[in-house]
Amino acid sequence: MSGLVGYIFSSDFLYMWIRVATPLILPALGAVICNRSGVVHLGLEGIMLTAALFGVLGGALGGSLFWGIAAGILISLLLSVLFAYFHLSLRANNVLCGTAINTIAGGFTVFVLELITGEKGTSSSLRSFSFPNVNIPLVEDIPVLGDVLSGHNLLTYIAILMVFAVVFLLYKTPLGLRMRAVGENPNAASSVGVNVTKMRFTAVLISGVLIGLGGMYLSMGYLNMFTRDMTAGRGFIALAAAAMGQSTPVGAFLSAMVFAFFDGLSNILQLLRIPAEFVQMLPYIATIAGLTLYSIQRIYRFKRKNRLRVIEAEKSRQ
Amino acid sequence: MNRRINLIVDLTKMLLIILIACVLVFIIVFLTSQEPADAVYSFFVGPFTSLRRIGNIVEAATPLMFTALAVIIIFRAGQFSMISEGAFFIGILGAMIVAITGRMPPGIHPLAAIVFGGFCGAFVASVPAVLKMMWGVSELVTSIMLNYVVQFFTIYVVSYHYREITSSSLASLLFQETSAMPVIVEGTRVHLGVIVALVLCFLGFLFLQRTRLGFKLRVTGDNLHFAQYAGVGAAGVMVSAQVLAGAIAGIGGGAELLGMYTRFKWTSSPGYGWIGIVVALLARRNPLLVPLAAAFIGYLNVGADIMARSSDVSREVVLIIQGVMMLLIASEALLQHWRQKLIVKAAEKEAKEGNDDAPPELPDASIGGNDIPYTGVDTPTPNSPDQEGL
Repeated sequence: MSGLVGYIFSSDFLYMWIRVATPLILPALGAVICNRSGVVHLGLEGIMLTAALFGVLGGALGGSLFWGIAAGILISLLLSVLFAYFHLSLRANNVLCGTAINTIAGGFTVFVLELITGEKGTSSSLRSFSFPNVNIPLVEDIPVLGDVLSGHNLLTYIAILMVFAVVFLLYKTPLGLRMRAVGENPNAASSVGVNVTKMRFTAVLISGVLIGLGGMYLSMGYLNMFTRDMTAGRGFIALAAAAMGQSTPVGAFLSAMVFAFFDGLSNILQLLRIPAEFVQMLPYIATIAGLTLYSIQRIYRFKRKNRLRVIEAEKSRQ
Repeated sequence: MNRRINLIVDLTKMLLIILIACVLVFIIVFLTSQEPADAVYSFFVGPFTSLRRIGNIVEAATPLMFTALAVIIIFRAGQFSMISEGAFFIGILGAMIVAITGRMPPGIHPLAAIVFGGFCGAFVASVPAVLKMMWGVSELVTSIMLNYVVQFFTIYVVSYHYREITSSSLASLLFQETSAMPVIVEGTRVHLGVIVALVLCFLGFLFLQRTRLGFKLRVTGDNLHFAQYAGVGAAGVMVSAQVLAGAIAGIGGGAELLGMYTRFKWTSSPGYGWIGIVVALLARRNPLLVPLAAAFIGYLNVGADIMARSSDVSREVVLIIQGVMMLLIASEALLQHWRQKLIVKAAEKEAKEGNDDAPPELPDASIGGNDIPYTGVDTPTPNSPDQEGL
């Protein structure tokens, strides 16, 4: 047990923590943008999965990383358009629409994989291009910190930059202001001439890029191949992270880090000969527990605020 | 009058969707296959070429009836729990434990196993329901997370406690012979489970339409605020709906296990809960139509299996088709324009001919259709903690 604690504070674990957090941070940021504009995007999981496959395929068929990125982003945009069109224009319920996208993605990825490689499980027969690892010049020389912070995948650094980018987008640009307005009160926004559907469409498309990058990280960074159903619920965990972070970019980032901690922990516990299946439950249980704790504290805060309001109202009456 | 128009439009919509699904099969097959004609033939005609294959359709439809019924009860209560997947799988686990370890006479053994499976399903389904009731935790995400927990837990229990050591792949010990469900049609594997499913669908209909709790459930699902105002006890109704649905899915898991298998052989959750959503939507959330819808989806699945075996198109085509069908059925705006036009026309006609003192029927396009309550969007209620998207 003491060995476990020691391991958690080692630089190896901290490095892995950041590594497993990346595929949660990117889609969680996408979910934040959607939530803020008033769309609860349940197709995340499916879009991630499809982007993961197409990133690998694009790279293998096009012969360079560039084509991989292009194919991955393109397919996530296409699926985002599909989700947005059915949800916003044909008014399909978001839960059903998202579930449908996830079902399609589950079948489509295996179908395409078999069509191209002849296998149903993995894309290991394809030559895949991964995002490069980056050593940060000065930081890598710092003793412990360098081991933790430097040498990560390019997408990990992009994910962290994206936190700031989304803050900038939502709070400092006219587009972000309109998106938030549409999410906060669609009727008010539309009364001052903001096209609600168009705004939400834009939000779904922007988040589609982030979600796609998150998916591509799985097959082009975390592993260097696509495996069937490799997202394993990360899209939903990201959605939970966005909710727990109260749909703010920084909050979602921190929540994603919390969930990633348990993901990393489950990786170590497997090394300690605890049954793998048992340990694999950990990230999902942590997500349920996290959402529950968040909801409980929200209720108490709400009650306290209300009690204050009641007291003030009584005071003013006297 | 409006009823008839709604029926016409809904029927047209269903036929259109089925047509689109079939056309999609054609397109995918012709784009990807070397021998497209054979593939299409084996997909559409293959399932009817022998008694055994027709039996396969019924076998494929049986688990879907259970999960679809569970989905209907949850959705009709206005909840978005996706737990039927996990409840089905934990039902398999529960039934497996009784089937391996129990020592009972033939008739009682499968019954006990299935009841225990249902109990496990109800327990799992109660978790997101209670979390939502107590603290307003979104049942959607917790139920999906719980599905993963159930999947890993089940595989863990099988591989560490009931594993057949001599088998190279994951398989459980053989079940006791007394636990088998009897086959009811000679020459197929159609088992007693299908009768259980049909009976449950009928009971589900009676429950929703003829009982007090069923009425409360529908009211809660249709209009939560009204239900709360009328003192229905909406929170309790939501929980009981989910527990009941979990029990049904769990029973389905048990029946599927004992009817079709002699060992546990899954390596991941089989996905019947998700396909159950398509079946539930196709049945227009009416339990009586579930057998029909399940048979259709079962037919597609068997067709895809036969096509995968006899040609070069993989069976995953069927997932794509089911997803597209789900998208189309869920689209409320599809054909809505036409419905509106028909209703207005009928109202105008009535107003013209009818006596002056009878007011024309109001054009009300919101009746009928898939009017599932909306979650997340367009409900700006920042003050109440229990009503946000997540």
